[in-house]
Amino acid sequence: MIMSTENATKTTIKGGEFLIKESHAAEIFIPEEWTEEQLMIADTCTNFLAQHVNPNLVRIDEQEEGLMDDLMTKAGELGLLGISVPEEYGGFGKDFKTSMLVTERLGAGHSFSVAFAAHTGIGTLPILYYGNEEQKSKYIPKLASGEWKGAYCLTEPSAGSDANSGKTKAKLTEDGKHYLLNGQKMWITNAGFADVFTVFAKIDDDANLSAFIVEKGFEGLSLNAEEHKMGIKGSSTRQVFFNDCKVPVENLLSERQNGFKIAVNILNLGRIKLGGGTIGASKEVISQTVKYANEREQFGRPISKYGAIRYKIAEQAIKTFASESAIYRASQSMEEATDTLIAGGMDPIKAKLKGTEQFAIEAAIIKVHGSETLDYVVDEGVQVYGGMGYSAEAPMDRAYRDSRINRIFEGTNEINRMLTVDMMLKRAMKGELDLMGPAQQVANELVSIPDFGGTDDTLFAKEKKYIANFKKAILMAAGGAVQKLMMNLAKEQEVLMNLADMLIELYVSESLQLRVEKLVSMKGEDACKEYIDIMRVYINDAAENIFKSGKEALNAFAEGDERRMMMMGLKRFTKTEDLNTTEARRNIAAKIIAANKYCY
Amino acid sequence: MKILVCISQVPDTTAKIAFSDNNTTFNTQGVTFIINPYDEWYALVRALELKESGPATAVHLVTVGKADAEPVIRKALALGGDEAIRIDADSNDPYSIAANIADYAKAHNYDLVLCGKESIDYNNGSVGAMVAELLDMNFLGFASKIDVAGTTVTVKREIDGGEETDACELPLVISCQKGVAEARIPNMRGIMAARTKPLTVVAGAAVAAVSSITGYEMPPAKSGVKMISADNMDELVKLLHSEAKVI
Ligand SMILES: Cc1cc2nc3c(=O)[nH]c(=O)nc-3n(C[C@H](O)[C@H](O)[C@H](O)COP(=O)(O)OP(=O)(O)OC[C@H]3O[C@@H](n4cnc5c(N)ncnc54)[C@H](O)[C@@H]3O)c2cc1C
Repeated sequence: MIMSTENATKTTIKGGEFLIKESHAAEIFIPEEWTEEQLMIADTCTNFLAQHVNPNLVRIDEQEEGLMDDLMTKAGELGLLGISVPEEYGGFGKDFKTSMLVTERLGAGHSFSVAFAAHTGIGTLPILYYGNEEQKSKYIPKLASGEWKGAYCLTEPSAGSDANSGKTKAKLTEDGKHYLLNGQKMWITNAGFADVFTVFAKIDDDANLSAFIVEKGFEGLSLNAEEHKMGIKGSSTRQVFFNDCKVPVENLLSERQNGFKIAVNILNLGRIKLGGGTIGASKEVISQTVKYANEREQFGRPISKYGAIRYKIAEQAIKTFASESAIYRASQSMEEATDTLIAGGMDPIKAKLKGTEQFAIEAAIIKVHGSETLDYVVDEGVQVYGGMGYSAEAPMDRAYRDSRINRIFEGTNEINRMLTVDMMLKRAMKGELDLMGPAQQVANELVSIPDFGGTDDTLFAKEKKYIANFKKAILMAAGGAVQKLMMNLAKEQEVLMNLADMLIELYVSESLQLRVEKLVSMKGEDACKEYIDIMRVYINDAAENIFKSGKEALNAFAEGDERRMMMMGLKRFTKTEDLNTTEARRNIAAKIIAANKYCY
Repeated sequence: MKILVCISQVPDTTAKIAFSDNNTTFNTQGVTFIINPYDEWYALVRALELKESGPATAVHLVTVGKADAEPVIRKALALGGDEAIRIDADSNDPYSIAANIADYAKAHNYDLVLCGKESIDYNNGSVGAMVAELLDMNFLGFASKIDVAGTTVTVKREIDGGEETDACELPLVISCQKGVAEARIPNMRGIMAARTKPLTVVAGAAVAAVSSITGYEMPPAKSGVKMISADNMDELVKLLHSEAKVI
């Protein structure tokens, strides 16, 4: 049976509204809809890795003099550094989703992908989005072509997660022509070869940061030696020192004290991009894992014939496919929000920032889910490789080490989890997001007679009901937490983590369900059997995860009858029918094993 | 000098090969197609170089195939080339492919026709020579280096146990292999330009196939590898003699 996903009117779901509203499959973008041109661009990325990066991974990790700089220049020559830079600044003016696809494909490039992401993201975007005309025309064409490389200096030895607490100072010179920068930045990606640095510092005794464009050659800028790192060893990471560094006044970016806002807005994009990169890496690692599993024989058979190994391969694919569904759904949401604002007369760059900010919650969710998926994928990759997984001669060693950074930069996963809940609640307080009404409805439902009605037996009916229930579970737990803990909620971080985990599972489950529904409407149910299995297994497990997180949260703040009632509600809202996940995982793995590569 | 580059689409090298209809038809389901690497990396890129460095005035691409071959030819256009022609015919008979190409080329006065030394699907390696014969042009096969000065083309070719260098006057058909040029990656500018470059579809010529494929067979499955330790030479020699029977 083919379900119709047509919808007469398009419902626009605002950022964060996934918690209270239903989305429709026909409205989301799924990666099966890439155009021929987008796929050509993607192939160029894959070919670039195959030709220039993969054969040189060891040399890259040894930081051979000039090599990374040269690779970036080559990527620039192909146009890969200017994908979504407007054409008037030497770029190709492609849409956001295309730039996500490029990030995804290049995400399999280990240290190179970090250099690429830093340059095109935090290295270029602050100037592109906040620069004035002179600044943009001076720097962007060179950054988009790769003639110049970019870096971004926010973190300091004493200011990491608390980025606004930096001590770097800027002081206007007496003649009013320069700012003198003094301070120390740490963990600066691409610092070793960057020509342009966006540097955050406080002018005089300002409460907030300002941002400056600093060129490598400016007097008073110096670099420390390369950091020795656990992974992404080929990525240049250094401390940058500013010692009376002379920055012309015209290089102040945007307005005084607007720096923190710049940092936050650029991070919104950085987070979803990071998610995109992890998907590319995950797919590559799965392909390597299954190839090894098909070749390696023990007890007379390839290890891919063993259920324990199949389970891992299936689980790698399920998480990756689910994460990917969320990533491109959110990318499309950002793009649509931006387009709507432009259509309403807003300046395109302002619209881009607003449209992205609108989906900052989703971006934080994706950052966490993508990075944790990749960590799962590389961990099981090592396991499938066995002893060879532990060998520096085989690819899992590098994949395992390189993955780990993703949970730390672009805001640690703890910070992103807190932000997810924090932004939701702030929007509710501001009246932008109506959580109160729906939360009240759930509260009423708790004291009324439960609805034991079954679902109809159409494809997806069950999963849609589960997802609607997940929303209720979260509204109930979050509503309870807000009521009980009030202003203290921010201090009850364990509860915030629980709520964030629930929100993450919800957004990803729903994105996955909608993607598979759309896919079935395009290809028919028969062609989508394994995709349906992926959806069912993921949502089945999500229900258990949401239950566990919810239980922890409820036990932390509720007591007595109230707790018992909410716990019953939680059980009801996370209840799913029995599912033979073993058989489903076997089917999911079988397809990958036959294809000898990631194939979803 | 006008150059025509012959482009064919072939299954991706990692494609899972399967046959249907009692092993008489190659099953294309789920197979992704790529430009034949010899056509892409060597013939096409060398043609582009000849245009960039002067001697060539135009580079046209031709493929014989149905509409499903268009993504591949547009991809070739993304690498470069001024326009493409798809001859609307479906065949894996080298003669009818060659006859179609020759038919088109004859009417459009190309000075140089470049193709890959073979396509990596059927590996016949005969289209280039047939095109030359049908166009009454000279043919040089297995080129590993091509230089053009005026109307003289100098070609290095691989021959048994060595190399030879030939000089030949245009017009000419050359089949290309490794060495002729370095693989290129389509850049953003090329990809975006590909959309607007002309891709003309012409009807296939009425030529009868002279061959048809009556059946496919899979090679026998690879047997396992036996590892013999480096200090056990006697064992290795014994196995090579008695088991592998190669010495
Ligand atoms: C390889 C690499 C490249 C980097 N590249 C750049 C770059 O190009 N530019 C740049 O500016 N920065 C860069 N960074 C810095 C990076 O963004 C920071 O490391 C990151 O933000 C975390 O800051 P921190 O290291 O000071 O950790 P801390 O903030 O000290 O965090 C330590 C731990 O405490 C937790 N924590 C912190 N605050 C809280 C809180 N309020 N509540 C609960 N838990 C908390 C964190 O989640 C973490 O687990 C890079 C870092 C690395 C390692």
